[in-house]
Amino acid sequence: MPYIPHTEAESAAMLAAIGVSSTEELFDEIPAELRVGELAAMPAALNEIEIAHLMEGRAAQDAIGSCFLGAGAYDHHIPAAVWEIVGRGEFYSAYTPYQAEASQGTLQLIYEYQSMMTALTAMDVANASLYDGASALAEAVLMAVRLNRKSASRRVLFPTTVHPRYRQVVQSLVGNQGIKLVDLPYDESGRVDPAALAYGESDCAALVISQPNFFGALEEVDELTNKAHANGLLVIAVVNPVALAILKPPGEWGETGADIVCGEGQPLGIPLSSGGPYFGFMACRQAHVRQMPGRIVGRTEDLDGKTGFTLTLQAREQHIRRSKATSNICTNQGLMVTAATISMAILGPEGLAAKATACHANTAALKATLTALDGVELVFEAPFFHEFVIRLAAPVAEILPALAGQNILAGLDLGNDYPELKNCLLVCATEKRTTSEIDAYVRSLKQLL
Amino acid sequence: MLIFERSSPGRHSRSQLAHSDVALAPLPERFLRKTPPALPEVSELQAVRHYTRLSQKNFSVDTHFYPLGSCTMKYNPRICNTLASLPGFSGRHPAAPASHSQGVLACLYELQEYLKEMTGMAAVTLAPMAGAQGEFTGVAMIRAYHEERGDFGRREILIPDAAHGTNPASAVMCGYKVREIPTAANGDLDVDALAAVVGPETAGIMLTNPSTLGLFERQIVKIAKLIHDAGGLLYYDGANLNALLGKVRPGDMGFDVVHINVHKTFASPHGGGGPGAGPVGVSERLQPFLPVPLASYDGVSYAWEEEDEHPQSIGRLSAFGGNIGVLLRTYIYARILGREGLARVSEYAALNANYLAVRLQEAGFTLAYPKRRASHEFILTMKKEAREHGATAMDFAKRLLDYGYHAPTTYFPMLVPECLLIEPTETESKAELDGFVEAMIKIAGEAKDRIQYLKGAPYDQPVRRLDDVRAARNLDLAWKSDSEVS
Repeated sequence: MPYIPHTEAESAAMLAAIGVSSTEELFDEIPAELRVGELAAMPAALNEIEIAHLMEGRAAQDAIGSCFLGAGAYDHHIPAAVWEIVGRGEFYSAYTPYQAEASQGTLQLIYEYQSMMTALTAMDVANASLYDGASALAEAVLMAVRLNRKSASRRVLFPTTVHPRYRQVVQSLVGNQGIKLVDLPYDESGRVDPAALAYGESDCAALVISQPNFFGALEEVDELTNKAHANGLLVIAVVNPVALAILKPPGEWGETGADIVCGEGQPLGIPLSSGGPYFGFMACRQAHVRQMPGRIVGRTEDLDGKTGFTLTLQAREQHIRRSKATSNICTNQGLMVTAATISMAILGPEGLAAKATACHANTAALKATLTALDGVELVFEAPFFHEFVIRLAAPVAEILPALAGQNILAGLDLGNDYPELKNCLLVCATEKRTTSEIDAYVRSLKQLL
Repeated sequence: MLIFERSSPGRHSRSQLAHSDVALAPLPERFLRKTPPALPEVSELQAVRHYTRLSQKNFSVDTHFYPLGSCTMKYNPRICNTLASLPGFSGRHPAAPASHSQGVLACLYELQEYLKEMTGMAAVTLAPMAGAQGEFTGVAMIRAYHEERGDFGRREILIPDAAHGTNPASAVMCGYKVREIPTAANGDLDVDALAAVVGPETAGIMLTNPSTLGLFERQIVKIAKLIHDAGGLLYYDGANLNALLGKVRPGDMGFDVVHINVHKTFASPHGGGGPGAGPVGVSERLQPFLPVPLASYDGVSYAWEEEDEHPQSIGRLSAFGGNIGVLLRTYIYARILGREGLARVSEYAALNANYLAVRLQEAGFTLAYPKRRASHEFILTMKKEAREHGATAMDFAKRLLDYGYHAPTTYFPMLVPECLLIEPTETESKAELDGFVEAMIKIAGEAKDRIQYLKGAPYDQPVRRLDDVRAARNLDLAWKSDSEVS
């Protein structure tokens, strides 16, 4: 029996100790009419050899190809040591560190993770993770509305340069609490025009700023932050953690910095894995920590005065506050945070900056060669990190499958989310893309145009 | 020692430095950071050794019996991790075209079908990223259902006082008020109290069955009728599905929506606090409101269905398709159990729980509900030990660590004083359970003879009891370099 250790003799002894004749009797409190027979639609059991054959076949169907897709999930190199350690049973098969004395490994690691995230973002405190970047932004919106007592507004300024999927997720998660997202359009550079910020800001609780934005462009974060603050809005920064190795951290945006920072942690050592599991990160000012959702670890001392780590500020959380909690989140993305922490430790500031710089350089090279082709036009002239937008003279709906047929994942079709960007592609080149891959992409596209 | 304290300026791993063959176009100064982030600067070996040693300071299922009630800490089969990590799965970009996605989509589609069969529901979404997000999803669909019918007067969700804290928190996130329903002395829901409050304001009820008391809710058919007659819907919190797998299906009990914690019932790893996944099943009337995306199959190929195909959907819960890597582990586990293995899970979970309960009772411990059959878990109350010797549930929990057992869940559910909620799961052997009983007996002896010693436990862990008050008062949530502090 898979994973059940009992011998027949042991089962018999246990049943006798209970005083029943069969396991069936253990279900005698359940009304008979509720019982179900064998579930015919379930397939028969497989052993390890059989399931391995099945899954190896299926994995082989999903050829990876040469990936120029980004759009919120990035194909970065992960140091080999990271998942070797993450896969240790002591991390992999432990639970939430409620018993601190038996969980010092996980707790210290989370404390180190929080420290690394505050260093990257230049904020005071970070939580132990949320589900993903999009749901982290939803929690940040809820937090900003709770915090901005001055405006007491339930409207949030939401630029169309924020990832469109994030917008949909935020809408799903906060809509039932009467919070409205107010559109802020982009200008011809594919960015939020700080001058356009006069739009509706007086009755909004917060402004969301994505850096880089969904089009890969760098927003004028200093000016946007200052304008938002001058109008009584809080600033929610959505950032790429790898980019933060070289880009100005949100804690230093404008005169006083962003108020809440969140984003997708996947670039920090998490496999693409079809979009999850990833992890959302969140950081804020010390003064706002009691409104931050999610688990938080603090450093303290034990009975003997020895340093130790424990979950703290639990009075914010659902298992204590129930209906008055800051969020319903319980399980988060602990193992992903374990990977990100080890990854950041192995890379260090220099390794992370080298990764970010290589991404930018590869993307710049791809952009230069692609836009030199006839039939390819750069859509937005703006400083960028590792993504940019091109318009093709041919239908994207035909070009993308043709390139996919050559195992080149050429970019994301923007026409569905932005009707005005028909036949436009969002393209990304991480540090993993080689010059020959870039050349192959350009050559293949040229033949199709 | 923190990783930061092993750091030396200028140290890095050269093999980890990415480089590009092309020259860099510099970015404008105003976008750049002035000083590098204060990340640790250590060698690869220093990092590997540091985190390997940290791992050794953890209890885990792979190293210790972990009878944490309500968390179903069963063995996480390694094969699930190995196969879900195959390059075709781990390297697939979420926006890869259908031509590059047939393998993963086939697994997800089939998993949806299996979960339908196991829960007795009409349709299943795999989108929610954890149990709590599954709860949010379910309650949001209940709200969408009522509002679609033009019924805007239902403002309340009913929740038993023994429920997990996520239930009321999720209901509030969906814009509902919460009304608590008391538990009767026999451990069942107080149906008379329920009948007195159910009415036109009732949007629905959230129930865990077996309840968090480890007891099957015997009045479930009556409760379902009461709620349905009043126009409300029933939500099944699947935290305790391990107790009923292959024996009883939430759909057959009258539930309209159910979430499943795959990191409990389906053995995906808890990972020190996640990631989980919280698939949600629904009856036909809630089907139009399912979140997107949904895996579909037209007899030839697999695809994602999006909002275009589901215009009444409550929307999207994650940037992509949810925790797919976790769901692949679930799929693999389900295939290994197979048709014949499902019911064995609940049978042996019940056998282990009832055996452990009986053994502990014989050893002099007090069951909170001695007249009831335990499900997959049960509650001890340490009221007597606390009264007679001053030995609390927490003292037992901490001392168990020294004997090599992870503590049960303590002080939850809150309505049983000095409680230990104990869930052994089906993957533990008789010898392990007997060892746990022996440890409990020894601790009971210490409670009698050496109470001060007991109250100082644990002794053999990396740290002794921690000062939680200090942690909350003098917040120290992140390491800062000396230069930053001054």
